[in-house]
Amino acid sequence: MTLGVVMLVHTGFDRAAQMVRHWSDAGCPVVVHVDSNVGKKAYDQFVQSLADLSDVRFCARHRCEWGTWGLVAASQEATTLLLEEFAQVQHVYLASGACLPLRPVQELRAYLEARPDTDFIESATTADVPWTVGGLDRERFTLHFPFAWKKHRRLFDRFVQLQQAVGYKRAIPDGLVPHMGSQWWCLTRQTLDAILQDPNRATYEKYFRRVWIPDESYYQTLARLHSRKIESRSLTLAKFDFQGKPHIFFDDHLELLQRSHCFVARKIWHDANLLYQVFPRPSDPSIASQEPNSSTIDRVFSQAVERRTRGRQGLFMQSRFPSTDRQNCIAAAPYAVLHGLDDVFPDFQSWLTKQTGAQVHGHLFARDRVHFADESTTYRGGLSDSARLRDYNAKMFLTNLIWNGRDDYHCFQFGPSDSQDIRWTLAKDTQASIWVVSGAWSIPLFASGRSASDVRAEAARLQRIEDLFLKRLRSPQAYARIKITTLAEFIEAPMEMLQSIIDEIAGHKGNALTEVPKMADLKGFPDFLQDLKNQGMHPFLTGNITVGNTGKSSSPQRRKPYVISQK
Amino acid sequence: MPVSGGKRVRSLWLAYRLRWKRRRFLFRIWRKRKQISVKVDRTGGIGKTAILAFVTVRNEVERLPYFLAHYRKLGVDHFLFVDNGSDDGTAAYLADQPDVSVWTTAHSYRLARFGMDWLGWLLWRYGSGHWCLTVDADELLVYPECETRDLKVLTTWLDEQGCPSFGAIMLDLYPKGALEDVKYEPGDDPRDVLAWFDADNYRHRWHHYYGNLWIQGGVRERVFFAQDPGRAPTLNKTPLVKWHWRYAYVSSTHQALPTRLHDVFDLEAGTKASGVLLHTKFLPMIGSKTKEEMVRRQHFENSSLYTAYHQKLSQNPVLWHQGSCRYQSTEQLVKLGLMSKGGWV
Repeated sequence: MTLGVVMLVHTGFDRAAQMVRHWSDAGCPVVVHVDSNVGKKAYDQFVQSLADLSDVRFCARHRCEWGTWGLVAASQEATTLLLEEFAQVQHVYLASGACLPLRPVQELRAYLEARPDTDFIESATTADVPWTVGGLDRERFTLHFPFAWKKHRRLFDRFVQLQQAVGYKRAIPDGLVPHMGSQWWCLTRQTLDAILQDPNRATYEKYFRRVWIPDESYYQTLARLHSRKIESRSLTLAKFDFQGKPHIFFDDHLELLQRSHCFVARKIWHDANLLYQVFPRPSDPSIASQEPNSSTIDRVFSQAVERRTRGRQGLFMQSRFPSTDRQNCIAAAPYAVLHGLDDVFPDFQSWLTKQTGAQVHGHLFARDRVHFADESTTYRGGLSDSARLRDYNAKMFLTNLIWNGRDDYHCFQFGPSDSQDIRWTLAKDTQASIWVVSGAWSIPLFASGRSASDVRAEAARLQRIEDLFLKRLRSPQAYARIKITTLAEFIEAPMEMLQSIIDEIAGHKGNALTEVPKMADLKGFPDFLQDLKNQGMHPFLTGNITVGNTGKSSSPQRRKPYVISQK
Repeated sequence: MPVSGGKRVRSLWLAYRLRWKRRRFLFRIWRKRKQISVKVDRTGGIGKTAILAFVTVRNEVERLPYFLAHYRKLGVDHFLFVDNGSDDGTAAYLADQPDVSVWTTAHSYRLARFGMDWLGWLLWRYGSGHWCLTVDADELLVYPECETRDLKVLTTWLDEQGCPSFGAIMLDLYPKGALEDVKYEPGDDPRDVLAWFDADNYRHRWHHYYGNLWIQGGVRERVFFAQDPGRAPTLNKTPLVKWHWRYAYVSSTHQALPTRLHDVFDLEAGTKASGVLLHTKFLPMIGSKTKEEMVRRQHFENSSLYTAYHQKLSQNPVLWHQGSCRYQSTEQLVKLGLMSKGGWV
């Protein structure tokens, strides 16, 4: 019983020759197929370099283009020759010039000898497995593909669209159930004989010639007809990226490959000298019977796919620039926007810092400068407090701030006197919680001591701006968590909203509020609002404030948290 | 994605205009090809798969030893330099290097599109079919895993992915303390002296005309351009391209034509692989260089608008601040989100 190898080569002849020698030295006959695109000189040189090996053959050459029938024709040709010439061969291993055995060939042979009837070929039905990239799964088998995908992409796509539009479907030959999987297999002589000498071979071939990527489906489908025992996995470790392109292994993947205990890996970089030096590892009886296990490698590679296709949330960088039109989770971490609260409670910022330990910024979007939590001129990551720099690209300013400090919870004060470019971003961002006390801008105006007629224009302006902001917050595209109360409602029962804010920021660590922030002195405030009304400027966003509800700043009893005992 | 008819017509029209723009650049490059004259030509030794570096220099003899060492280690096989009238022995130093070819010119740097016309011609003649790195003498390219994987590995992977180019952001390095108070000896790693950088104050926006990602920000914007951010330096670059003679860089390596070359970012949520160009502009010679530039006026289109910048720069300023980040490794840059591994494993 022997293992025979079919090797497909189209480039990197020095490495391929090295591999042929390697298989051959271990007692495996090898049939090499060289792509007919390779020039005569290179081919002759290659053949010459292996002339001293007695059990190496070169078969007739076919043109091998990715995704075309040529690859199947090549492996058929080579397999036929191998089975004819070397009667002792029981298993045939399909490899390429860039496949590198990681373990001694003896171990692979012993493994196969222990499983003489097993065919190792990854083979899954298209209906059940969403492997394919590009959306063509079932349709691979029901459409015609006369154009090469790599060379004539547009023609390929158009022709597919045309067939889809007219509802064309090819008939699948009777008895075939389309399967697909990795093109690198290891099949038994019986199965291969059955496939190659099938009376219907001509029919099947005619059909598969027009299937897309037949080398991933021809043997996979036919093995299901003829095999006595299929192990649906490939003995060759091959990883693909999210576009279905093969990953290449470099020198620094050494450890990963060592830990995989796979028999063969591909694709190995041509110049990965270290890998070619270390592998195949020397024979070691203590681990000779180890099963291949590629779970570590699988994890590393699926992380890479995740990174490539999803990236890091909230990071805007040179190679990740998600368009905000297509997504509504913008910043890297949750944050809170406190609109108007610091007008009601003059030292709200320091109070909230004390209660939660979060990064409580002042008015980040104030018109004079950026008021960071620590009032510094340059904040984390080198963010400047310059209002002009901030307004140059307000959204990037916010995303940078949150990204830099994503370990902390950030909150900032906001109001109608701030720069407003950011409001759409805030409203759309699912990471934002926006707490609004509408009409709170009237308190600083009142506290300034100026008369209603003096501040009338200013009040009207602030109200207009705030109203626009509220309209954004109430639009169907506003995905932020939003809570809006009028000033009147808020001063009636301020603790309710404050407690919710604290709970949200501090999470389970939030305590019942003991210390209440000091509210601005509102004595005479209703009269001030009435004066504004008398001037013709109705402050409709404040709600209905009367003398009765300005006086108290009570703290209703916090209800006991409802905890279910774990006992 | 369905595109409305009007949009489609507009984008076709833009593509057509850009095509002509590229042809005009190529014509201009061809017209100015005689501005440079060869001093040492070792291009005969360039192999078929060689990785080439293209650089314009002026008085960089202090930076060059480390520059060459850095890129040799990264696997650059041949350097093609254009020396723009150095008087500190730069040309002679370069001529002595075994893997360097040198051209010289005394023409205006500014009128040659900041050297891009000269390099454009060299790229045209020698770069076609090669992976070409176009950098300044004060830019050191790093990318994820570059300690163990040289450019040959990176370019093999890019080839396999079908990517014709690789993007990198410029990261200004600066010292702790005043700029000219540090000592730098030729051959030293500039990262030892200029160990600090701004971690994340970079602004990105979509450039409507060229379709590249336009990045501004960083320490120069923070210190010098806070009042005029529109003029802050552009930081996005595409320094590494598998060249074809029909390609052309537009302004420095910020944009390239055809535009797919600088299409190095992902508009969905994913991340492509990218690198960082460590910018060693602020080595102690910055003071004297700035004073020279204030007279020569070769580095900006409207030099008068940058007078304040140059004045501040020549007054030995401090760029460091409390939140500055100390350079440690490429892994750190990946973690900070300045560059990414993308799908590279």
